[in-house]
Amino acid sequence: MNAPIVNPSGAPVFDIERIRQDFPILAQQHRGKPLVFLDSGASAQKPRQVIQAMVRCMEERYANVHRGAYRLSEASTADYEAARAAVARFINAADPREVIFTSNSTAAINLVAHSWGRGVLRPGQAVLISEMEHHANIVPWQLLRDDKGIELRVARVTDAGELDLEDLAAKLADGKVGLVAITHMSNVLGTVTPAERIVAMAHEAGAKVLFDGSQAAVHRRVDMQALGADFYAFTGHKLYGPTGIGVLWARLEHQERMPPFLGGGDMISSVTFEGSTWAEPPAKFEAGTPPIIEAIGLHAAIDYVSAIGMPAVEAHERALVDHAMRRLSDVEGLTLLGRAQDRGGVFAFALDNAHAHDLATLLDRAGIAVRAGRHCAEPLHARFGLDGGTCRASFGLYTTEGEIDYLAEALTKAREFFA
Amino acid sequence: MFDDLRDLYQEVILDHGRKPRNFRRLEDADRTARGDNPMCGDRMELFVKLTPDGAIEDAAFQGRGCAISMASASLMTETVRGKSPAAARELGEHFRNLAMTGTCPDCGGALEEEMERLQPLSGVHEFPSRVKCATLAWHTLNAALEGSGKEATSE
Repeated sequence: MNAPIVNPSGAPVFDIERIRQDFPILAQQHRGKPLVFLDSGASAQKPRQVIQAMVRCMEERYANVHRGAYRLSEASTADYEAARAAVARFINAADPREVIFTSNSTAAINLVAHSWGRGVLRPGQAVLISEMEHHANIVPWQLLRDDKGIELRVARVTDAGELDLEDLAAKLADGKVGLVAITHMSNVLGTVTPAERIVAMAHEAGAKVLFDGSQAAVHRRVDMQALGADFYAFTGHKLYGPTGIGVLWARLEHQERMPPFLGGGDMISSVTFEGSTWAEPPAKFEAGTPPIIEAIGLHAAIDYVSAIGMPAVEAHERALVDHAMRRLSDVEGLTLLGRAQDRGGVFAFALDNAHAHDLATLLDRAGIAVRAGRHCAEPLHARFGLDGGTCRASFGLYTTEGEIDYLAEALTKAREFFA
Repeated sequence: MFDDLRDLYQEVILDHGRKPRNFRRLEDADRTARGDNPMCGDRMELFVKLTPDGAIEDAAFQGRGCAISMASASLMTETVRGKSPAAARELGEHFRNLAMTGTCPDCGGALEEEMERLQPLSGVHEFPSRVKCATLAWHTLNAALEGSGKEATSE
């Protein structure tokens, strides 16, 4: 098991056993074996602190927001807006109004595609994505392409699983790209993309930049003011928060130019049958009753990881990644997808004598939860000649080196099983 | 670690998964259909040759997928040969019951011997996410016999 990570002052700052006790689900047994949850990249488990905050909201402080002039609605509104401020602090946004609550990352990217894409991009301009995108950062742009007559370009990924920056530069060169929409961390390869470099290259070519931060925001500190991007999307449920809430960070100047996406209550300033005027950002993009309880849950999740400290979370993950690289490389017949220099705790792999689904069924029997398939990244699997899919182990802040050892052992036994 | 999984992965399944029978194109097929489970990437193409009176003279397939889906397609092509389309469809119904519940109370009678051969796949009923792997071939067979030209899926 892991030794606690020690900061320079000598005090332990990352007590994995204490952290694991915060997650009730980890106490579960599966067929008499402890649960080894290695699918946090799909959705992370929830600490008691998040669960309790949401229960407390519903038991003590719940009403609709931005509505009534009564005590409960005022309390609920204050809590909802406090969640927005907490998100802003977490990502070091210059202004809480840059934080738009959505239902998840997919909704955040679709919001940009519908609103900014249709309202600001012009026909003849291009959107540049990469080969390692999740379907959520491919399909919205295909819909926009077909609807609006923009071009969709795809930057290549190298054999090591890194973004091919020369190809990116070549595809930016003619100045037609209006938006670069790229993952900050691949959900299959684990690759962390050189975000600052991408922003510099895109801005120099006159393009705006959107990052899909669904994975990255969980694994390391992201800083909107330092990054200098235009849009950044991430989701609550991968960040130990509840489902049903995501974030689009968008510069106010962009929000001003973006037409509304969904129309309804809360996003208007006034409504007559002749026409309506819009509320100020970010309310303009939050039509209808928002995910109030989920926002409270996300706030609690941010408080939880912030109390541990993102640098400690990142250090823990680096140790896990190094350990997994060593242990999984030793498993005979196992191919690891991607060998990026800068990577996070996501490992997709294929065993030479077992299909991904057969392997996942075996691992499940050992109590290990991994994802099998193409992980919403079908083009990337085709790129690496693995159309049949892979298994993927992804780590969370509760993952231990012992669990990775157990996975390696189970993979070796699985290979014997299918021999 | 995995001994109790021998119920699911019986030797006959592993054998048919590794070396599927009738794994070839039928160039003179009368009916073909594609089957696809998009969520897991299982894909197959099924070929059926009919006799002049409409019975299944030969069945073959090509594709890729997990051991369960390949073994199921392999066993299916063996068991439907010589059957009328109606009998093949009935066998498919029985098989889906077997895959979903692990038992098949109505499986006596005319198709008893065929169901006996498909019995090794009954273990999938304990794995809800894997039932569709076993039934894909049979959905594809139905699509081929209907000649609808639609892609079959068991999701």
